Amino acid sequence: MKKIRNIGRTLFAVGLLTFVLSLSMSHFVLTEKVAYSQLNTVYTGEGKTAYEILEPQLTQLYGKKYDSRFAFIADYRKIFSDYNAPLKAAGKWEQVIHDDKLVMVVKHSGAGLLTDQLWFRLVFLLSFIGTCIGALMIIFPEYAGKPFGIHNNGIYHSPASNGGWIGIVVGTFLILFYIVLYFFPQYITNWMLLADPVRKLFSENGEADQWFLYGFIYCLAMVVMGIRMLLKYRGNRYQQVRTFSVMFFQVCFAFMIPELLSALNQPSVDLKHIWPLHYNYFEGERIESMYAFGGIGIAMFWWGVALFVIGVPLFTYLYGKRWYCSWVCGCGGLAETLGDPYRQLSDKSVKAWKIERWMIHSVLVFVVIMTVLVLIAWQTKQDTVLGISSGMLKMIYGFLIGSVFSGVVGTGFYPMMGNRVWCRFGCPLAAYLGLIQRFKSRFRITTNGGQCISCGNCSTYCEMGIDVRWYAQRGQNIVRSSCVGCGVCSSVCPRGVLKLENAPEAGRINEDPIIIGHDGIRLKMD
Amino acid sequence: MSQRHIVVIGNGISGTTLARHVRKRSDDTITIISSESDYFYSRPALMYVYMGHMLQENTKPYEDRFWSENRINLRRAHVNRVDTVQKVLHLDDHSTMSYDVLVIASGSHSNPGSWHGSHFEGVQGLVSLQDLSAMESNTQNCSRAVVVGGGLIGVEMVEMLRSRGIHVTYLVREFKFWSSALRSEESDIVERHIIADHGVDLHTQTELKEILGDENGRVRAVLTTKGDEIPCSFVGIAIGVKPNIAFLQESGIETGTGILVNECFETSAKDVYAIGDCAEFRTALSGRTKIEQIWYTGRMQAETLAATLTGTTSVYRPVNFFNSAKLFDIEFQVYSRNVKIPDTCRSVFWMNHHRRCAIRLFYDPQTLRFEGVTLLGVRYRHEVCDRWLREEKDIEYVLCHLSDANFDPEFFRHYENYLVEEYNAKSGKQLQLKKRSWKRIFQGIGK
Ligand SMILES: Cc1cc2nc3c(=O)[nH]c(=O)nc-3n(C[C@H](O)[C@H](O)[C@H](O)COP(=O)(O)OP(=O)(O)OC[C@H]3O[C@@H](n4cnc5c(N)ncnc54)[C@H](O)[C@@H]3O)c2cc1C
Ligand code: SF4
Repeated sequence: MKKIRNIGRTLFAVGLLTFVLSLSMSHFVLTEKVAYSQLNTVYTGEGKTAYEILEPQLTQLYGKKYDSRFAFIADYRKIFSDYNAPLKAAGKWEQVIHDDKLVMVVKHSGAGLLTDQLWFRLVFLLSFIGTCIGALMIIFPEYAGKPFGIHNNGIYHSPASNGGWIGIVVGTFLILFYIVLYFFPQYITNWMLLADPVRKLFSENGEADQWFLYGFIYCLAMVVMGIRMLLKYRGNRYQQVRTFSVMFFQVCFAFMIPELLSALNQPSVDLKHIWPLHYNYFEGERIESMYAFGGIGIAMFWWGVALFVIGVPLFTYLYGKRWYCSWVCGCGGLAETLGDPYRQLSDKSVKAWKIERWMIHSVLVFVVIMTVLVLIAWQTKQDTVLGISSGMLKMIYGFLIGSVFSGVVGTGFYPMMGNRVWCRFGCPLAAYLGLIQRFKSRFRITTNGGQCISCGNCSTYCEMGIDVRWYAQRGQNIVRSSCVGCGVCSSVCPRGVLKLENAPEAGRINEDPIIIGHDGIRLKMD
Repeated sequence: MSQRHIVVIGNGISGTTLARHVRKRSDDTITIISSESDYFYSRPALMYVYMGHMLQENTKPYEDRFWSENRINLRRAHVNRVDTVQKVLHLDDHSTMSYDVLVIASGSHSNPGSWHGSHFEGVQGLVSLQDLSAMESNTQNCSRAVVVGGGLIGVEMVEMLRSRGIHVTYLVREFKFWSSALRSEESDIVERHIIADHGVDLHTQTELKEILGDENGRVRAVLTTKGDEIPCSFVGIAIGVKPNIAFLQESGIETGTGILVNECFETSAKDVYAIGDCAEFRTALSGRTKIEQIWYTGRMQAETLAATLTGTTSVYRPVNFFNSAKLFDIEFQVYSRNVKIPDTCRSVFWMNHHRRCAIRLFYDPQTLRFEGVTLLGVRYRHEVCDRWLREEKDIEYVLCHLSDANFDPEFFRHYENYLVEEYNAKSGKQLQLKKRSWKRIFQGIGK
């Protein structure tokens, strides 16, 4: 067993290292073919393509070999900035050419090891398959042959899971990953190259961009760590069914169905992605493009609206917010699988709870204002609404909330602040679901009479930072807007105190509970 | 009522529950003195700290600021002597503190036993934080350990040691594991689990005879009553706990094994009360033990006394008994009329070895009155079981409505039907299991 784990560790480390090193496995040469195919589709204000305008400058780059990706990108960008500088100075903004195709130009200009079939296959295998198999070889022996039941032994002894140095290293890696993914994708084009064969499974002419790459890695992470969840929670069917569900929705709904749809020239839509988590759902261009597909596009658009208007309140009334947050959602799914080893690191203090309520509801207000302004702007064809630039607002939201908060902080800080930072402090959909859960729902966590021993396992392992014990030890049901219904409190409670339940609303909130067990309060009769 | 100074000795579940409930209903000055820790923590959670499930910090049920916000003064000191005439406490830092009302909730300590060699290094019990840190250092580099005592603290110690891969020999005096609470079939399930699944070297009907040490004063082996010598570098003694009453010797407060109290928790001294692990009833309440050394009873005693101290003189009337535990991976729950379910009760029983579950419903063979239920690996609803006991339902009613009691998480398998079938097969009756009804479950709850 130990041997298998050590081989697994080695394989995982080699795979990860290969993946990281693959970024430096290319040199760069711009060819006319690449420049033409990428830039001849970019139209500028004058009706000419970027290629036509910039050809003289581009020609000077053709065939020039760059060992450094940085130098290549700098020179390529200089062409644009040199051309644009006088235009910008003269205020001729409409003539400025944006280097939108940077990522694809860099990707296709790469040459070297990865263009060699054999090398490519080796790197592909090690990076994707090797890391996954390695991880599974670490995971399986941990559970194989052991009795079912949840064993959290040693979690607080290991620097990987107690917020110690390994966690910080992992967190740093994740943060860097998200920063390059969102803001500097031109530096990770080799990863996109590696993901190309996967994309080609869906459509012959397709190729991977950073979002496909991200979706693919996301699925791999969720499947591998989902398998870990399934093993860890053997003997607990709630956890297993739920984990299977998030894995299914991620792999099928978030990843495969949109790919298949786009391969069939249909709108490529994640049918479970709901506004306001999907914050640009109501962007004019998006709506127009959906409508352009005719019947199916229109149906899909209204499906999403119906989910938000009818689906969310109805299902949340019946089952609580968990139907989405810990059964369907992709962010939640990643948190529940990749993030499970870090759930204990969430802050349980009342202070954190206060901050949480302020933050998450602010984001909700922000997204509503942003969406309304964007809609008005689209209808009136005026960017500025009530003196506010809707485009600017959208950009700020996209940057601050959509990228930095949900990605960089939301996932990058798993090993430091727990696995639900985004869901707890940022997600506007969670805020909406939470309001319904708190005020109009059948869902609650029932406390089993007087059985609580205040041990604290429930609070410790609550990823949302709810102090479950506070309620349990008073015999009070837990009715909290933030509860995502992951059910782990109930799973780890050693005394069988907690049960997630959908039941009639009467008596759901018992503010002043009486813990049963004695009739002590009786007048003494002497 | 004018403001009194209510002083509590002990910040365990009993002392803190008392303080909280008095605070809710009065303006008295409240001070808790305790020597073990700065803040209340959950004693049953000690094992989870050792096993790395939690930090000691996580075992504190309230944030530190809770106490000052609720005007409950905390004092870390040991009470060396109680002067019930002057109403003054003498503390170990040579200061004194006077009280108007004194509540002693001093808990208990591990019974060290009286074996030859129990003074050797590496021999210890487990009750306090100090015991926990001793265990931490005593088990560094330990590869073999022996644990003595077939109660709950005993199994917990075994589990703790096993979580660190230490080989454990477990000596249990009884014929079957925990036979005071489990019937033989249930004991089998547990024994099999700890032996086969967790690799514990269990010796039943075996007692410790002597502890052997080496020249450095460390334990090196134990001798058992069966004549075996078992090498080990750690010995866990878990043969029970004893009330902390040593500091009361000169106080004149009457003590037996614990501090003697009546059902209002009055001791022999005026304005001095005792609750929790350290209290001993002069006469046992019906169906209960004289000393109640569990978490829930400490809490309930404190709730009762708090009512008395704030003007509603109350007597302790625990109704039906309940308790729970976890034996390695097997959860145990009991709801019953008496602490010890009489041997004369008949039972309807179902179990599954592989899934480590068992359900046993007890009833009186004459009247068919439901007397309680014990569960392994299955959770039942406290309110529902308690109501059946109070309303003196018969076993047939209970069987038909058993679905109401199930408290397992969603998607779990339900076993209630097997019990009904079992009963039908034995009695020739045709009982039918009814569907769960929220209406029945929630009747009377929250009123
Ligand atoms: C390892 C372990 C596991 C357990 N698990 C369970 C369980 O699962 N379920 C269950 O129901 N029960 C369990 N128990 C029993 C339960 O913990 C006790 O019944 C309960 O803690 C008693 O509470 P108490 O407030 O009466 O006393 P304690 O919690 O013992 O508190 C008394 C406090 O007073 C202090 N003190 C004593 N004398 C003095 C003095 N002279 N001056 C100052 N301070 C003093 C002590 O140091 C101690 O901190 C367990 C006990 C142990 C040891
Ligand atoms: S895990 Fe269970 S026993 Fe422990 S504090 Fe939470 S509800 Fe109470």
